[in-house]
Amino acid sequence: MGNSTTAARLVEVGVTINGVEHRMPVEARELLVHFIRSRAGLTGTHIGCDTSNCGACTVLLGGGAVKSCTVLAVQADGDSITTVEGLAGDDGSFSAVQEGFRQEHGLQCGFCTPGMLMAATGLLSTNPDPSRDEIREALEGNICRCTGYQMIVNSVRWAAEHPDSAPTEGSAS
Amino acid sequence: MSLVGARVIRKEDPNLITGRGVFVDDLDPSGTVFATFVRSTEAHAEIISIDTAEAEAAPGVLGVYTFDDFSELPRVPGLPPELAPLHRPLLANGSVKFVGEPVAVVVAMDRYKAADAAELVTVEYSPLPVLPSIDASMAAMADPEGPRIHPLLQTNALPILPAPEAPSEEFVNAPRHAALRIKNNRCSAVAIEAFAVVADWRPEGLVVWATYQAPHHLRNQLCAFFGIDASECRVIAPDVGGGFGSKINFYVEIFLAPELSRRLRRPVKFALTRSEAMVHMHHGRAQINEVEVGFDDDGIVHALRVHTLQDIGGWPDHTGLGLGVLTSAMAGGCYRIPSVQAWLTDVITNTTPIAAYRGAGRPEAAFLIERTMDIVADETGIDPAEVRRRNFIQPDQFPWVTPANPDLAVYDSGDYPAGLAELLRILEYDSLLSEQAKRNVDESQPLMGIGLSCWTEIAGFGPPGSLEGFGHVGSWESANLKVQPDGSVLISVGLSPHGQGTYTTMAQIAADELGIDIDRIVVRSSDTETVQQGIGTMGSRGVAVCGEAVRNAAIEVRRRAATIAAHQLEANPDDLEVVDGGFQVKGTSTKSTPWRDVALASFQNLQLPDGTDAGTLDHTVFQTVPNFSFPSGAYGCVIGIDRETGAPSIERYVCVDDCGTVINPLLAEGQVHGGVAQGIAQALFEEVTYDDHGQPTTTTLIDYLVPSAADLPDFEMGRVVTLTPVNSLGAKGIGESGAVGAPPAVVNAVVDALSAFGVRHLDMPLTPEKIWHALSTHGTEV
Amino acid sequence: MIPASFDYLKVHSSAEAIAALVEYGDEAKLLAGGHSLIPLMKLRFATPEVLIDLAGITDLSYVRDQGEHLAIGALTRHADVQASPELQTACPIVSHVAGTVGDPQVRHRGTIGGSLAHGDPASDLPAVMLALGATLVASGPAGTREIKATDFFHGFLETALAADELLTEIRVPRHTTGWSYQKFNRRAQDWAIVGVAAVTGDRTGVALVNMGPTPMRAEATEAALAAGADAATAAAAAAEGAEPSSDQHGSSDYRRHLARVLTKRALVEAGLN
Repeated sequence: MGNSTTAARLVEVGVTINGVEHRMPVEARELLVHFIRSRAGLTGTHIGCDTSNCGACTVLLGGGAVKSCTVLAVQADGDSITTVEGLAGDDGSFSAVQEGFRQEHGLQCGFCTPGMLMAATGLLSTNPDPSRDEIREALEGNICRCTGYQMIVNSVRWAAEHPDSAPTEGSAS
Repeated sequence: MSLVGARVIRKEDPNLITGRGVFVDDLDPSGTVFATFVRSTEAHAEIISIDTAEAEAAPGVLGVYTFDDFSELPRVPGLPPELAPLHRPLLANGSVKFVGEPVAVVVAMDRYKAADAAELVTVEYSPLPVLPSIDASMAAMADPEGPRIHPLLQTNALPILPAPEAPSEEFVNAPRHAALRIKNNRCSAVAIEAFAVVADWRPEGLVVWATYQAPHHLRNQLCAFFGIDASECRVIAPDVGGGFGSKINFYVEIFLAPELSRRLRRPVKFALTRSEAMVHMHHGRAQINEVEVGFDDDGIVHALRVHTLQDIGGWPDHTGLGLGVLTSAMAGGCYRIPSVQAWLTDVITNTTPIAAYRGAGRPEAAFLIERTMDIVADETGIDPAEVRRRNFIQPDQFPWVTPANPDLAVYDSGDYPAGLAELLRILEYDSLLSEQAKRNVDESQPLMGIGLSCWTEIAGFGPPGSLEGFGHVGSWESANLKVQPDGSVLISVGLSPHGQGTYTTMAQIAADELGIDIDRIVVRSSDTETVQQGIGTMGSRGVAVCGEAVRNAAIEVRRRAATIAAHQLEANPDDLEVVDGGFQVKGTSTKSTPWRDVALASFQNLQLPDGTDAGTLDHTVFQTVPNFSFPSGAYGCVIGIDRETGAPSIERYVCVDDCGTVINPLLAEGQVHGGVAQGIAQALFEEVTYDDHGQPTTTTLIDYLVPSAADLPDFEMGRVVTLTPVNSLGAKGIGESGAVGAPPAVVNAVVDALSAFGVRHLDMPLTPEKIWHALSTHGTEV
Repeated sequence: MIPASFDYLKVHSSAEAIAALVEYGDEAKLLAGGHSLIPLMKLRFATPEVLIDLAGITDLSYVRDQGEHLAIGALTRHADVQASPELQTACPIVSHVAGTVGDPQVRHRGTIGGSLAHGDPASDLPAVMLALGATLVASGPAGTREIKATDFFHGFLETALAADELLTEIRVPRHTTGWSYQKFNRRAQDWAIVGVAAVTGDRTGVALVNMGPTPMRAEATEAALAAGADAATAAAAAAEGAEPSSDQHGSSDYRRHLARVLTKRALVEAGLN
């Protein structure tokens, strides 16, 4: 096993995803997105490209949005992650960003949507009232092929204007 | 209260915003193993040898397969018998025709082991001459001994629509002529979910999960391929991550996955990576249009001649063969051009096959005619808006039989002058023109260009015969509507949506007819075992054909329910009306019965009127329509161009659409936005390219530039409504409109901005470098 | 796409990292944020035998005001460089350009040291270091040494770092007078087709992104400025000595042209006429 003084092919990885710890030995080369999808069984996080262009795999790692296809699972060892499955409140109530996407038709096929939701959540955590241009810039690392983005921008604005619809802090984890 | 026309938020969303959507790669039935391809690295070559030994011995590998392992299986279906040499084998058989063509399959316990083992397969090639473009392939044809990509076919070019013997009289007699050769750039659909399929062939039958737009179609093809009964083959298209036409093709893994599952006796999954999808999933567009136009000094167009050369790739797809037929039929656009001669040559090249991509043949038509109208404007010195106005088919001239293809395209309805007028109003066209005049002589400001696109297209694929040619069992669409014992409603549609919001729009239509709360109406689709035979989602047919099916099913169920309600109310069915939640005697709210009671009674023989069977509130419609519908629109683009770098920047983009009745404006706008984004992307950003050796140079999203939110503007929306007579809703279809109408507005705007520099045309995509080159070439000439 | 197998070692100090580099030699690659290396590994363009993960080194993520210069720990993430009040005040070009790297997700993982040590001519930050005349600090078995940014970039993806050395700190001079970064690309998320970093005032420096196999100074422009040329004249020399490649994102001619245009804009924005 890794994490000692000699290099190893198999490593013990423990990651807390949406408040639940997943600990197991995995190959060091295993990508975080595959750990989330296959080991933790959380298939809401998607893969749309090989080159970290599309952002469908975006999750919050240590509070910041990252592309889980370009992070090794072992790099997240000891960290906490929020995926799209962790956005809603314990009572199932949608977060402001989720509700915004629903109200403003921010999704069509829904495949890029988890990544968009996570990137938007990351944005609003540091900039709660972004302008339309700021939203477009903040989502530059996410590709949607269906919407043309205008309604995604509307959705994020909706969330910014309805912060109270967010579940109480901590309920997502 | 009518729901048709209301901004109803979608029934589809709760699953998808919580990560509870189910896409094919999310499925891992117990024991699933992973299959991956070894792909050709050569564009055209003989295969000398394939060495699989090392891969077979690799950890976790269950098998490595080449063509010889499947030689008894049929070829990929779809092409007519007379094109037998083009019938594609499941894996390369002795030679390869394009980079990325599957040569071998590796099946392993998981995708990591499969990827490792695939690298261990060694293929030895002997190169053949590479023809990576239409021009190269046609040049080879000029030499009787020149290379042929399919030697048994003896030609690289298929004359699908033969050239006319001579130019028409109208063309010859036109006072003025102009010509233009247009390249319509090869694009990739890039549905963000790449192709994936899971097959589980168990003793009791075959189950296939595929990311697909037409699961019944796929089921029928699989049954024919394997010689099994439709009833023992189930195809499910679960949540599908975008299609845009790229998920109605017969990718080889569709047939390999079941066969491998049968042999290995466990579920087998293929799930392409993006780099694979970029060379494997069929591309779109890829035409050359050689246009000649005859016109007069007043800007009136007398005649149009268009020879379309359609690149169909190395292993032609059955949809790809016919794309140029649609281009040819729609070449005349919105204009009453007395003579349109349009013919088509399909050209085989050493590239990825070409097939449908959003609009499928019609964006190319809109592009060529709208570029041509600007050329006529430029030649005559008449404003482009005025040239269009002078040539429009008038609202009282419908049905309009286009001379380009009178058998295929009879335009149903439209008001093109109204669309253009609304566009110019929103643009404030006159003040834009003055602003442009000022800006373009002010070196400190970006160059400004204004582009117009007045377009129409064929939608509502539903008339008998319109889809059979593509291998579908019919062209109708089906809907089953059943009222459950508690008064809730389940609708099964033969469509297979993947983002269109079909579950919402169909429920809106049914709710209006039935007076049942939309929250009590559920729509399902995309499972051949639980849904009656259907066709699928393509060709902007969802609302125009299936919406009509749902409406008619609802009307029939309402009629039957009324007889039960009348029995309960001791009234005549003709005296009843539907109100929110049930039936009442017209104008008498005290004599009413709720749906819940009617629904329950419909299952209780003792409660039914004589002659009515239990379960009567269950009706299926196979809906056909008498004609296509022809949505139209007028789009305008204002562009700024950096005089030093050539970088284009869209300052405004205005869309005026006429899709007839709008069921849900929120969703209709979403369709237009997405289509326009793809159209702008084609005009400014995207092109699948190959080098001279046929090596693809755009195999990742680093090199193939799908724009993000930061690269596109907000769109301004307008609307004109002319109802279609081909269905009772009056709805024309809106799925492809944006992609059809958008590119010419952008290109016309850029060429407009550059016209002072002597630029007459530029091929897409309009990269900054291409624009800079056009600007600087002029600079050196002056 | 999936990386080839490798052995993984997480180190917890610079000393451990250097010891591991000594032990594994050329077979090893250092892993910081991973946003340069992991994409190459997924495409199997890079197949290291051993990956030494630096994430356990907790004392290399900082920005410190040292008076004459600011010291940035090599493992400081782009997002933290971007948000650093010290840099925003005392050397704003660095925080600004860190905010133009990739996209927000990339900036949350990628590190300044990883970006510089990768030596990619298409990266934004190397040009800034060249323009500023930054100093890079490397640690190896023989101790610590300082390398001038102008001596750091050797060839395509090659730097002055020895195989057993680790980049630990970046020292940028205090610079609050004129500066500009001009990045030209077709999509917001992309690498620059060409970029230009310029600083003026306290010191003058101009450097180019993606104009050759290495990040490079626009030496002819710098010389012209030193001789008193105006912005337009100096910018006209920006592409001298550059050998940009031609690819589908831009021909070499176009890149040369962009270098001149962007240099002029950068100099003007940085306050020159």
